[in-house]
Amino acid sequence: MTPPSPVDRLLDEENAEPGDRVRIQTQGDTYEGILMPRHAFSGQDTLVVKLESGYNLGLRLTEDDTLERLETPPRTEPETIPPEPREDLPTVALLGTGGTIASFVEYRTGAVYPATSPDELAAAVPEAFEHANIDPHVVFEAFSEDLTPTHWLELADAIENAFNDGAQGIVITHGTDTLHYTATALSLLFNQLPGPVVLVGAQRSSDRPSSDAATNLTAAVRLAANERIGEVTIVMHETMSDTTWSIHAAGRARKMHTSRRDAFQSLNHPPLGRITPNEIQWDTQPHPPSDEIQRHGTITDAVSLIQSYPSLTENELLAAAKNQQGLVLAGTGLGHIRNDLIPTLETIIDEGTLVTVASQCLNGRTNLYVYENGRELVQAGCIPTNDMLPETAYVKLAWALGTADTTEEAKTLFQEPQARETTPRTAYHYPTGGNADA
Amino acid sequence: MPENAPHPVKCGLEVHQQLDTGKLFCRCPTTLDEETTVEITRRLRPTHSEMGDVDTAALAEARKGRTYHYEASPHTSCLVEADEEPPHPINEDALNTVLTIALLTNANPVDEVHTMRKIVIDGSNTTGFQRTALVATEGSIETSEGTVELEAMALEEDAARIMERGQHQARYRLDRLGIPLIEIATAPQLHSPEQVREAALTLGTMIRATGKAKRGLGTIRQDLNISIPGGARVEIKGVQDLDMLPENVTTEKARQEFLIDLASRLEKTAHPDNIPNEPTDVTRLFEDTNANVITNALDAGHTVHALALPGFHGHLGTKDDEHRLGRELAGYARSQGTRGLFHTDELPAYGITENEVNAVHDALGTTPGEDAFCLVAAEETTARNALDMVAHRARLAFEGVPEETRQALEDGSTRYLRPLSGSARMYPETDVPPARVTSDRLDALGENLPEMPEEKAQRYEEELGLNEEVAGPLAKSVHAGLFDALAEEGVDASLAASAILQIRPQVESEGVTVSDDLLRGGVLAVEEGAFTKDALEEVLLTAAQEGSTVDEAVESLGLGGLSEDEAREIVEEIVEGSSGLVEERGMGAMGALMGQAMGRLRGKVEGETVNRLVREAIQERSG
Repeated sequence: MTPPSPVDRLLDEENAEPGDRVRIQTQGDTYEGILMPRHAFSGQDTLVVKLESGYNLGLRLTEDDTLERLETPPRTEPETIPPEPREDLPTVALLGTGGTIASFVEYRTGAVYPATSPDELAAAVPEAFEHANIDPHVVFEAFSEDLTPTHWLELADAIENAFNDGAQGIVITHGTDTLHYTATALSLLFNQLPGPVVLVGAQRSSDRPSSDAATNLTAAVRLAANERIGEVTIVMHETMSDTTWSIHAAGRARKMHTSRRDAFQSLNHPPLGRITPNEIQWDTQPHPPSDEIQRHGTITDAVSLIQSYPSLTENELLAAAKNQQGLVLAGTGLGHIRNDLIPTLETIIDEGTLVTVASQCLNGRTNLYVYENGRELVQAGCIPTNDMLPETAYVKLAWALGTADTTEEAKTLFQEPQARETTPRTAYHYPTGGNADA
Repeated sequence: MPENAPHPVKCGLEVHQQLDTGKLFCRCPTTLDEETTVEITRRLRPTHSEMGDVDTAALAEARKGRTYHYEASPHTSCLVEADEEPPHPINEDALNTVLTIALLTNANPVDEVHTMRKIVIDGSNTTGFQRTALVATEGSIETSEGTVELEAMALEEDAARIMERGQHQARYRLDRLGIPLIEIATAPQLHSPEQVREAALTLGTMIRATGKAKRGLGTIRQDLNISIPGGARVEIKGVQDLDMLPENVTTEKARQEFLIDLASRLEKTAHPDNIPNEPTDVTRLFEDTNANVITNALDAGHTVHALALPGFHGHLGTKDDEHRLGRELAGYARSQGTRGLFHTDELPAYGITENEVNAVHDALGTTPGEDAFCLVAAEETTARNALDMVAHRARLAFEGVPEETRQALEDGSTRYLRPLSGSARMYPETDVPPARVTSDRLDALGENLPEMPEEKAQRYEEELGLNEEVAGPLAKSVHAGLFDALAEEGVDASLAASAILQIRPQVESEGVTVSDDLLRGGVLAVEEGAFTKDALEEVLLTAAQEGSTVDEAVESLGLGGLSEDEAREIVEEIVEGSSGLVEERGMGAMGALMGQAMGRLRGKVEGETVNRLVREAIQERSG
């Protein structure tokens, strides 16, 4: 164990914690300010102080320096406004999964706290409450990259409960990294929905004035509150501007950019519609709501998704398929893999793993009959994913295998259109990504 | 003045200088751009949390509820400026520049530089905040009136360029956003207008000496904090011209003295509690008005609102008063997006009749000759917000000078921008890792400190043989870096100095710009003998006008160096052609022949050489 640094020792002696007002004397200079939490990349010998001017600075302290705790100012409490339920408004359940759609900055330390209670939310995003009575629930608190298929099932239960409790629509706030996986799973786990299920996220965190969180949430609430539809959609910025929001079909959208507000793009299928400041426009007829909610099947986590690449080895393929019921191979082009690996795939299939072949191109449909390589994959027993995105195929295969009693039945479930994740006709739609308002 | 008497004025100075190091949090260049191929529309949405509980400045901006349009080009901005990508780590070159200034002023650099977000929601930053980092504290500089402490040295990003400001929207260009600014703030220890100017000059010179300062209009800005005894801290932003600083100090001092005096006069006739909380809608009283401003507003579906100011008659002032409360009130009204306001000390006027003034008095229940009122013709919400601000400002008048941020205007006066910012509006920029300032790093910078102008001038004289009249101004000028670079390349010092100090200004007086690169190209060409120094001005002018290279300009001017033999042939030809003259006058023909020869050889052969050749040719012929 490393010995405590002079900083740790000084803090310990004075029992000083972030948020406390402190006076530090180092090398003849005196600094007074609020003790801040140490940054993850700060040196272990460094103490971070917020000066009266508002600036933070890092001070490297040695054994000879002194620290004095002066006082502990009271914590600033978040502002809250108890929302007034309005009889003329529908109820929308807001299911939180982590990620902060609205947050509160604790100025003393700069720490950011999520706003989760209705009162905190109403204070943070009052405009969302103009469209619905919002009933917030925290389903789980996780970064979206940490989610597993178990979380999808928990979320499906929460959706079922919320509709049964009388919600007209549901908004799910979700981290953006794996939002499209969750949306696909939910679209498969229900074959009847009595109202809209809208997933929404933000690309700029809610602790800044330019955040897209509040406007995305408000657009999602408007859709959930006002549209009589029965399907799972994703609502996010349509462009880099705060002017319109796209409604994407679950299974068709994908996070295509690490950071832009319009990161989500529909591939192989145009967005279902668009939300403008004044209206909700549908380009594709949405699925009508059902009277009852109906779950459909469950999801296994025994499925892998692996990408083919030039130096992929037999062992990597075998490891990916080991103990798995299904394997999605994101192949090159129309759906190809290096020819010498095809016998390995054949072995994997013979041992009972369902193998499907998608394309790394993302846009367009697989076709295993054009080249010899593809024909050999078909002969080996691989199933083409057609116009399904690799991630969609992965979720769908996990659902088909979790739901079906036999491999043959799973194969059928996988190949048949369930929601909007696949169609026999390939759309012209091809987002070229690009300019701001184009 | 007794030793301990309070100083009549106390000023702090903040110098902001753009650095030419590439942008602060991305790798974009620091040039401006006329191309706009990207368009983005945004709104900024400060939540209660960003406002904290003290952030009056941000709240004032938030009330305006504006839409912001951003225009950009891929040459001078990227997704970072568009707030579509997190910032990259802080620009180390820019940070080293600030650390260098810290060393030059004996300041204490921090051990770790933490980037902060300073909330700014006027749209000038796409993020809604300006990134800024404190780099050093407690330096000092010397002035002829004593030592002045430097409280803080910070590194921050410049804001986007405002292109158009409307009532409900504003348009900005992203090229300037993110250019590094070094900010140096003095303690409020400057006590005379001249000392303010001297301190600004000293700091500016020091930053330029690092060779990292950007040149040109708008690359340096000064902010001033001014207060007088009994007054309050007022921040004056954006003084671009160093020579205006003393004027700004004098004017602000007078304004504060006026407001202090006004407070004591107001106390006798009015009380802040008598100012109503709500303005009154008086639109109907102006249905048949002849006042153009009001008719136009009413035609646009706007309203006229009035705010009573009981007991304020005569205190608002007229256009003849240099400082007047009416102007202060109008400034607050304008901050809400109105064009301005009318008030009773100036009425009747502008087409508003005495009858109309009396009708408003009736409606407000105020008494002409005792009470005053303000009128705002605008869209209803704007009018109400504007008069709310007017009422707020009128109440502040009883206390003397309100703490404010004001904008410097070209005539040395100022106008109201917003309340003085609190300090609580800063919170950590979690996307930028802290930068370590190690002693190794400081040692390395300390060994390479830039040469200050005095040392430079001395070196120019002693080592490069420039005379004092040239060396001094050159060393102090913003061109010293260019001169040093040319001297380094082996260019003759007097050639480089005259190119920079005389020839370039001469060419630029023709309305063209001679870039450093062009100047360097021209000087190097002279040095290589491509043409002579006499032709440099002509070459630079041609190249600048035609946007061509030095070589192309030389070509199109038909210059191009001649060998001595080629020149001799031409000279002999000329002498031959005037053989009669030579026989008649001998060396007396020198002047006339020299004229002819220079006519053909100017720019191609040095005058001295031509002189010798002509002399030789005459001697040969007559000899």
